[in-house]
Amino acid sequence: MRDRSFTPSRALIYLIVTLFAAAYLAPLVVVILNSLRTNEEIAQSSMIGWPQHWAFGNYALAWSGFCVAETCAGIRPYMLNSALVTIPATIFSTLLGAVAGYAVSLWRFRGDVWIYGIVTLGLFLPQQMRLLPWTIVLRDIGLINTLSGLVLIHTIQGLSFTVLFCRNYYIAIPHELIRAARIDGAGFFRIFWRIILPLSAPILIVTVIWQFTHIWNEFLYGVTFTTGQQQPVTAALIALSTPIADIPKQGVQSAAVIIAALPTLLIYLFGGRYFVRGLTAGAVK
Amino acid sequence: MTELVSTATRPGRSATSEMVRRLPEFLMIWVPLLLSAAHLISFSIWTIWISFTPSTLVPVTGWVGLRNYNSVLASRNWQIAFDNLLLFGIAFVLLSLTTGLLLAILLDQRIRGENVLRTIFLYPLAVSFVVTGTVWSWLLNPGIGIEKLAHDLGWTSFHFDWLVNRDMAIWTIVIAAIWQSSGFAMALFLAGLRSVDSDIIKAAQIDGAGPVRTYWRVILPTLWPITVTVVVVQLQFAISAFDLVRALTNGGPGIATQLPALVVYDLMFQRSQLGRGAAAAVLMLLILLAVLLPYAAWRYVRQRRAAHA
Repeated sequence: MRDRSFTPSRALIYLIVTLFAAAYLAPLVVVILNSLRTNEEIAQSSMIGWPQHWAFGNYALAWSGFCVAETCAGIRPYMLNSALVTIPATIFSTLLGAVAGYAVSLWRFRGDVWIYGIVTLGLFLPQQMRLLPWTIVLRDIGLINTLSGLVLIHTIQGLSFTVLFCRNYYIAIPHELIRAARIDGAGFFRIFWRIILPLSAPILIVTVIWQFTHIWNEFLYGVTFTTGQQQPVTAALIALSTPIADIPKQGVQSAAVIIAALPTLLIYLFGGRYFVRGLTAGAVK
Repeated sequence: MTELVSTATRPGRSATSEMVRRLPEFLMIWVPLLLSAAHLISFSIWTIWISFTPSTLVPVTGWVGLRNYNSVLASRNWQIAFDNLLLFGIAFVLLSLTTGLLLAILLDQRIRGENVLRTIFLYPLAVSFVVTGTVWSWLLNPGIGIEKLAHDLGWTSFHFDWLVNRDMAIWTIVIAAIWQSSGFAMALFLAGLRSVDSDIIKAAQIDGAGPVRTYWRVILPTLWPITVTVVVVQLQFAISAFDLVRALTNGGPGIATQLPALVVYDLMFQRSQLGRGAAAAVLMLLILLAVLLPYAAWRYVRQRRAAHA
């Protein structure tokens, strides 16, 4: 049953997977084509069609001219917001998670099992349970409606994932390695820097990709804790798709959707293997 | 002489200096972990506490017992949301499991282009739910999407108006959710299929079992632990689904596609009913625990068995 000879049943397999692949690709193809059609052309036919006149101008308009709510600066400011939240939060949560994961797996200290257990509960606690407390805390420390506030939230919440990923990876490193280094007089940071970090490339890539994708795509916190010009791009996409009633502008909207999805799609295309490892690592928990 | 003094003072000095020296590492370990753990515990308690207070616009002290819970549970909004969650959760999990399993089995047939196909089936997972919801809201919109295309092509009797149809709108969320995350099930199942012992498969073939029989009787039974994991992860997503619904139907038409996460958001930030919003959030947590606690127990039992075996 696992041979490569071509039989009718294998033709059927190819037919089915091709149909599925077409169904999975269709929405992306439709949006890419729409991003290159004029708004009028879409309004006259439907969202699904081949461009009659290539409207590359949609991208320029979506990037810096299109109106979201009252301001007409395209989605560029919101893309910038998303980058300014996602990049620092990814770096902070990954680094802190790596150090903490190393501490709970190889260094061992009093209470490590407990604190690790509690931190990983964060994988399961719904965001809705944290919305009101975060609102109050952010307001009290003056970070409501700021990008720094979102960085703080994503760093602290991201730790649940980053500590888990790193801990599960470091636990496989032989303890003898650490013990020998300690006997030689190396301390916590020295061992981390000289022994652990050089071994960490795979897990750090997995963690960075996972965190970046999650934070970039996050919507609920963005829309709850920021308004107007401070919002990340996911929230801006919702805002720009709302006033659909007056003039149809799906061409430009499609271009905006493509631009907003591009960073995580590119990361997926170039780091697919690590992306999938993050998925499965997050699932097995 | 100096030698002697320095040895005499060393114990005391080095104990302090040892603490000072190790301070950075204590801070690096404990501050992030404690912040994370403390926010999880205190925020949970905080939200639970608010759910028992008469808070509306701002959190206030006071105790109203289960009044917020009763009013949420009695509201039409929540009842519709809960019914939708049952339907959405079951339909989405079953369909995405079967789709994922089918794709995994097909990809496991040593077909050409497996890598490309796997990339195609998994890419929706890299896209945000907001993007998925927006795109599907266009495709499924009868005025501009698939129905309009069919009409333009001459098939004027074609009807596909689920997005604006109260009874069917929840299925549009099922469709978009399956499109987005059945690749996840596929990835886990494929990993499971690849780790099946090839000797078992050979033994089954020697016994004269055909491919279908081999899969059904020999290979698939080894996948059930993965199946449980996939079900739990997908249910967890279904219970807290928010972005996708917000972008696709925003709970509409009317409140036909309301889900618990939308009810929570609505109560907290649109109706300024903090107490009730917190109660709805706690109810969401309870629904989640109804899934996760049996799963945790099941994993515990399995680990103990594995340890004894």
